[in-house]
Amino acid sequence: MNKLHSMSFGALMAATALPALAADLEVTHWWTAGAEAAGIRVIADAFQKSGNTWVDGAIAGAGGAARPLITSRITGGDPMGATQFTHSAAMRELIEAGFMRDVTEIAEAQGWKEQIFPQSLLESCTFEGKLYCVPSNIHSQQWLWLNNAAFEENGLTVPQYWDEFVAAGPVLREKGIIPLAQGQQAWQIQLMFNVLMVSIGGPDLFDKVYGDLDAEYAAGAEVAKVFKAAAEARDLMTGSNVQAWNEAAHLVIDGRAGGQIMGDWVQGEFMQAGLKAGADFSCLPGLGVHEYITAAGDAFYFPKVEDAEITAAQDALASAIVAPITQVDFTAAKGALPVRRDVELSNPTPCMEKGMEILKAGQVVESVNTMVSPDTVGRVTDLVVEFFADPGFVPETAQKEFAEIIATAD
Amino acid sequence: MADVTTTMQRPSPAHASGPKPRRAFSRRNIMIYSILFVLAVYYLLPFYVMLMTSLKGLTEIRTGNIFAPPVEITFEPWAKAWSTVCTGLNCDGLSRGFWNSVKITVPSVFFSITVASVNGYALSMWRFKGANVFFTILIIGAFIPYQVMIYPIVVLLREMGLYGNLGGLVLVHTIFGMPILTLLFRNYFSSVPEELFKAARVDGARFWTIYFKIMLPMALPIFVVAVILQTTAIWNDFLFGVIYTRPENYPMTVQLNNIVNSVTGVKEYNVNMAATLLSGVVPLTIYFLSGKLFVRGIAAGAVKG
Amino acid sequence: MSQSGKPTGLFKNLSAKIAAIPMVLTALVIFVGCSVWTIVFSFTNSRLLPSANWVGLDQYERLWSTRRWMISIENLAIYGILMLILALVVGFLLAALIDQKIRFEDGFRTIFLYPYALSFIVTGLVWQWLLNPEFGVQNAVRNLGFETFSFDPLYNPDTVLYGVLIAGLWHTSGLVMCLMLAGLRGIDEDVWKATKIDGIPAWKTYIVVVIPMMRPVFITTLVLVTSGIIKLYDLVIAQTGGGPGLASEVPAKFVFDMMFVSQNLAQGFAASTMMLVAVIFVIIPWAYLEFGGKKHG
Repeated sequence: MNKLHSMSFGALMAATALPALAADLEVTHWWTAGAEAAGIRVIADAFQKSGNTWVDGAIAGAGGAARPLITSRITGGDPMGATQFTHSAAMRELIEAGFMRDVTEIAEAQGWKEQIFPQSLLESCTFEGKLYCVPSNIHSQQWLWLNNAAFEENGLTVPQYWDEFVAAGPVLREKGIIPLAQGQQAWQIQLMFNVLMVSIGGPDLFDKVYGDLDAEYAAGAEVAKVFKAAAEARDLMTGSNVQAWNEAAHLVIDGRAGGQIMGDWVQGEFMQAGLKAGADFSCLPGLGVHEYITAAGDAFYFPKVEDAEITAAQDALASAIVAPITQVDFTAAKGALPVRRDVELSNPTPCMEKGMEILKAGQVVESVNTMVSPDTVGRVTDLVVEFFADPGFVPETAQKEFAEIIATAD
Repeated sequence: MADVTTTMQRPSPAHASGPKPRRAFSRRNIMIYSILFVLAVYYLLPFYVMLMTSLKGLTEIRTGNIFAPPVEITFEPWAKAWSTVCTGLNCDGLSRGFWNSVKITVPSVFFSITVASVNGYALSMWRFKGANVFFTILIIGAFIPYQVMIYPIVVLLREMGLYGNLGGLVLVHTIFGMPILTLLFRNYFSSVPEELFKAARVDGARFWTIYFKIMLPMALPIFVVAVILQTTAIWNDFLFGVIYTRPENYPMTVQLNNIVNSVTGVKEYNVNMAATLLSGVVPLTIYFLSGKLFVRGIAAGAVKG
Repeated sequence: MSQSGKPTGLFKNLSAKIAAIPMVLTALVIFVGCSVWTIVFSFTNSRLLPSANWVGLDQYERLWSTRRWMISIENLAIYGILMLILALVVGFLLAALIDQKIRFEDGFRTIFLYPYALSFIVTGLVWQWLLNPEFGVQNAVRNLGFETFSFDPLYNPDTVLYGVLIAGLWHTSGLVMCLMLAGLRGIDEDVWKATKIDGIPAWKTYIVVVIPMMRPVFITTLVLVTSGIIKLYDLVIAQTGGGPGLASEVPAKFVFDMMFVSQNLAQGFAASTMMLVAVIFVIIPWAYLEFGGKKHG
């Protein structure tokens, strides 16, 4: 068995496994609709070529159902074969407790170190020198999406950076257009706040706050600018009464709103609605200020199992995910960026090209989810959710409370 | 507790065999019917909107008024919700989980009600020392948010070798249904006339004989209430179904959740609403049927009592 | 309580004791066991997994200085009181109306009860839709010509709880009606005849005679509705997600978010311990009144 097992590495490169090792692999994920489902199909098809069977465990809603399910199944001793998870510190404890399987062997055999880019994708799930995740794609968050017509038809030029956008706000407002559409869900508010942190404050500020957890700095003048921008965003958002991010995107698409701060996945919505990047809508990475993006995204993790057949199937899935051909098709289907240096995007939009350039230039920041614990992210989220909902919440107070969170963050 | 006696001796009130309704146009009746009518609108409005939306095309939804009836009726959303909409990789709609839901609901409802009715009977008729302590704990249990107990129950089921299969899930539903159902049955049985019970004891009837021969036939109305409670809770359960089973046994609510809660892509409201209504068909049917039984149950009790 | 079981000796009630084994096990193993487990680990700093690093009362100190928790409690109190009163009043009213030997009883009963067949998730989604100012009730009324009509409870922090209440009441009151109806139908026709002969008006009969006779039904309903209120979670998730801001946050959501989103088990356990303590404070006195004073226990 062992011999077969190690032999299969070579075979897997060609995506053909030994039939003797065929197994059913239950894969949990929360990619349930539209582009996401199309993406997971690419991975599943590539995986099934190895002769194994993909048992789909799709659960919509990461926070409400998928996370409890994943942690319960793993700690309860009845793990799934593999699970999608956000690339973050959230998985660390399960790794430390020895529930997860390391994929270092495959990574070395296939030379991931040379090909996976940026390296932080691997570093953030390396523990005691061993690799515990398979990064599948990159999603960047730091984008401002604009409906060109909403500006041009009202005698404005399409903004090139944040301050221009803020300045255009009152004009749009007068015409009955909501300047900034944002979904009300907590994670979106948190995302927007941290985008402001990176884009307005810059990568060094972001790193000092979340990386060094410098509370004094977080209470200082530099970070105050971020809170000022947040207060501006709060004014611009008034009237954006939608919950889901795609509903907010549709406000922008229909011209009822000027722009939206959201990750690159929103692009799919614009394109599905028949809008063209550049001509109909614009995208400003880093809000046109600091063009840095997070290089984090999704990853797959493998619980430890006894069954050798399942272990082999896990290996097959790991190889299938990072294989160049899967990367091209998968990221195209999902609307994300690939995790490899050596693949070319097929048919990229101008926005994706921009994203790729920024990536290649190394203008990347770590994701807040890998820098601090989910608990700290949660506390920051609660604070900014309150801040954005209440116009009476002054930025200075919010900043003070923010600094207090950073002081006790981990 | 107040003595609610002679439950069963009243002729069935609104059943076909009961007394005739009063004369139709008294002032009192006009008032009653108008209140009922206004309330009925409040209760029916969401259903109406769901139904209308499920029969519209997507373009009509985007342009039209949600209260307007469809210009062009289409059953496409219903067909799609049932058999072709994708929930992750599988594109066979709600039909995938339907039988799983049945397989989960039927034994869970049966076992939870069986256990609870015996409990309630024992608590009301055969009270033993300490019974009230356990009963109080049970009632407190009804108030604990069940999310807190997810982890320990995982461990428990694993130790019993029931984790991941239907038996485990049935057990979980039986446990979480127990507090309310036991309370329901206990209160019902304690309103059964004492003389009946005493007479049976004098005749030498034992615990189970009294339960099956006397109590069970009398308890139809409360069984109906219990069935309504449990069917709804179990059929609509999502979290337990996901956590304590595997994908091959996932109930319909998992697919419903995947259809309704997916955040990417254009929201197909018509398919969402059709899926919602489809997933509600079973409990709705049971309500409709059991509602009749509910009344008949009282009538039957009147004959036997 | 008109009780009869004679507590004489260990064996007389043996069958009853055997029959009660599932209940005893559930009570001890699940409810007591899990609660103790929860309480114990609320004194640790467990994150994603339970760990035995004792930190004393730290979790509780943090909990009570968290604004979101305070808002959650306040919201639950407001929602809970209103929901309890309204559900009982509306449920009883519906049952009393339906009990008037009306025509189409089956139809009305089904109309009032059917919302209970739908899950809270669905209830929340539908009412979110109906209360959406852009295409819901507000829009429809404006289209009728009332241009200034404004009804958007879900988007105003001051009214969002009432928006949730409308949906919660819609969902639950039918079941309350069903229970009340079972109770009303359990009351002897002779009671009505007697009060009629005495010339007591119907409303007075309800309040003075009928409702006291329905005490067991009211207790069942009370437990059912209250436990639903305390566990309020899905409805809020589907309808408002806790917003706007933190305006519709509730304790169960706090617990759940702490455990699975923030991955801070101990903090979630501390919060649920507080909920448990609150429940015990209400139930133990009730249980004492219910069982304590009675001789035939």
